Amino acid sequence: MIDVKVDGRLKSQRFRQEREADWQRLERLMEKVEKGSMASLSEEEILAAPVLYRSALSSLSVARATSLDRGMIDYLEMLCARAYFFVYGSRETLRSQLAAFFAGGWPAAVRGLWRETLVSVGLMVVGALVGAWLFGQDAEWYYAFMPKEMAGGRDPAATTDMLRSTLAGEKSADGLSMFATFLFTHNAQVALLAFALGFALCVPTAMLVIYNGVILGVFFSLFASRGLGVDAGGWLAIHGVTELFAVCLAGAAGLRIGWSVAFPGERSRLDAASAAGRHAATVMGGVVVMLFFAGLLEGFGRQLIVATPARYGVAALTAVIWGLYFYGPRRRARA
Amino acid sequence: MSDTAALKLTRSFITPEGVDLRLQLGDAGQRAGAFLLDAAIMMAVLIVVSILIGLIGIGAWTAAGMKGAEVMAVLWLLGFFLLRNFYFIGFELSAAAATPGKRVMGLRVAARDGGRLRPGAIFARNAMRELEVFIPISMLFAPTGAEGGVEGWMYLLGITWAGIFALFPLFNKDRLRAGDLIGGTWVVRAPKRKLVRDMADEGAERLQRYAFTLEQIEAYGAKELHVLEDVLRQRDRKTMRAVADRIAGKIGWARLDGEDDYDFLSAYYAALRKRLEARLLMGVRRRDKHDVAR
Repeated sequence: MIDVKVDGRLKSQRFRQEREADWQRLERLMEKVEKGSMASLSEEEILAAPVLYRSALSSLSVARATSLDRGMIDYLEMLCARAYFFVYGSRETLRSQLAAFFAGGWPAAVRGLWRETLVSVGLMVVGALVGAWLFGQDAEWYYAFMPKEMAGGRDPAATTDMLRSTLAGEKSADGLSMFATFLFTHNAQVALLAFALGFALCVPTAMLVIYNGVILGVFFSLFASRGLGVDAGGWLAIHGVTELFAVCLAGAAGLRIGWSVAFPGERSRLDAASAAGRHAATVMGGVVVMLFFAGLLEGFGRQLIVATPARYGVAALTAVIWGLYFYGPRRRARA
Repeated sequence: MSDTAALKLTRSFITPEGVDLRLQLGDAGQRAGAFLLDAAIMMAVLIVVSILIGLIGIGAWTAAGMKGAEVMAVLWLLGFFLLRNFYFIGFELSAAAATPGKRVMGLRVAARDGGRLRPGAIFARNAMRELEVFIPISMLFAPTGAEGGVEGWMYLLGITWAGIFALFPLFNKDRLRAGDLIGGTWVVRAPKRKLVRDMADEGAERLQRYAFTLEQIEAYGAKELHVLEDVLRQRDRKTMRAVADRIAGKIGWARLDGEDDYDFLSAYYAALRKRLEARLLMGVRRRDKHDVAR
């Protein structure tokens, strides 16, 4: 046996003692990273981490093959896993991630969903037509679809003058910020729900989008039946262009998930679901932002801009902005 | 956790360097524990912030009238929204990729394909919580309607709904919840583990005083070595005595009077490990004492 007996120590023991300091340095680095952020590391530490990681990893494979020191192997396994997630993990700061999201990630994801978006818009239009048709048959249908808290006294029993007064803006800005916040949080919650419901093979998402359309339809036909169609249109469109588009995108995101769960194609159902999920979630992150703007427009814009032509103007402007941002040709990244 | 249960949750995970990290998935208990902790933290934050905003709101109302109260109401609405939707997302986007609850349980989120954990994946896995958690909860706490019958059914529906999603991870081998499925993620164990003392450190010194023969050393395999390691770590007097007697009996070692059990056991541990490791170098792994493959 060629066991050079320098001292009584075992080979695995010497192996460990020689490398222990490096492992512990890596461990301290990981602790620092997990507690704070990349910014808490010095430049030297950032450069050292991958080197230490690779040497720990090679220690691990040597230890597995030659050592029976279970404590060391378990320790190295966990240390390497933690360091792996750091070394191969995301190195971007939140700010650069957000910049990339708005500069290209989000519009690209929206464009990628164009088929589902068309379907979603179509469903909403169908819902609106059905709502209008039902209202034409019997105004009582209004009560069946419109939630009481949303109607706020705007129902077929109201007089034309009263309906007209609800379309006017408020004179002062009191209470508007709370109104806007409420609208934003409520709509965002509904949009997230539409997204999540897509998991159940599209059906609940489609129903939610259609239902939204029906409400729109009965609401509009109520005002149209009193000759207030143009005014109601402006009242809806000033925020509706943004909000309804956002709802349609949320529906589209849900449909994408449901569709890929139902028909995964060549990929496995799991892979298809997670690919669709990531894509759809990127769109959803932006939908929340859109709904935030819609809430501002609805809460402030609509109450402060009272002239119908001006409302249509704002609506057209938002339509052009969103249209260009999502679908406009782009040669270089634009903000 | 028994060894077989641990093995069932071990997933081979090859790094680009070609080493298998053998990741352990978080088991159902750890997942549930982490979620309950997070839920408790969210509730606590909600209650404390609500009280604070309520008190400041009263103050602001007396000082600035409706205007002041409105600001506080806006803050509360936004805070509630952020807490509900971005508590999980925010924490999982951080370097630890874990909420405080997961951190306590030694868990973290990782991409199933081994790639980077992307923000989209985190958003997707947590947006699904809307469906899994918040909808059934809002069903349970829905405002009590006038019709008595409907209420009971809603209750039942809510509980069934929540139950299906809560038990979802138990029905697939990777312990995925619906959100993990959509996000392409899974939850792995990554606890902070300290490097424990090498039990050979003391044994190697003591080994000088013990001259075991090769036959005596070859009585056991790796499994017994690890049991012996645990015994040495715990250093329980009675257990050590029993184990020492047993080993001495098996290998025919004449115990001396006043011989310390710990000395004997740690010396034998070092000798056994040295022998097994020497054979490991030659490519022979002896699993336990019944394993006689040469």
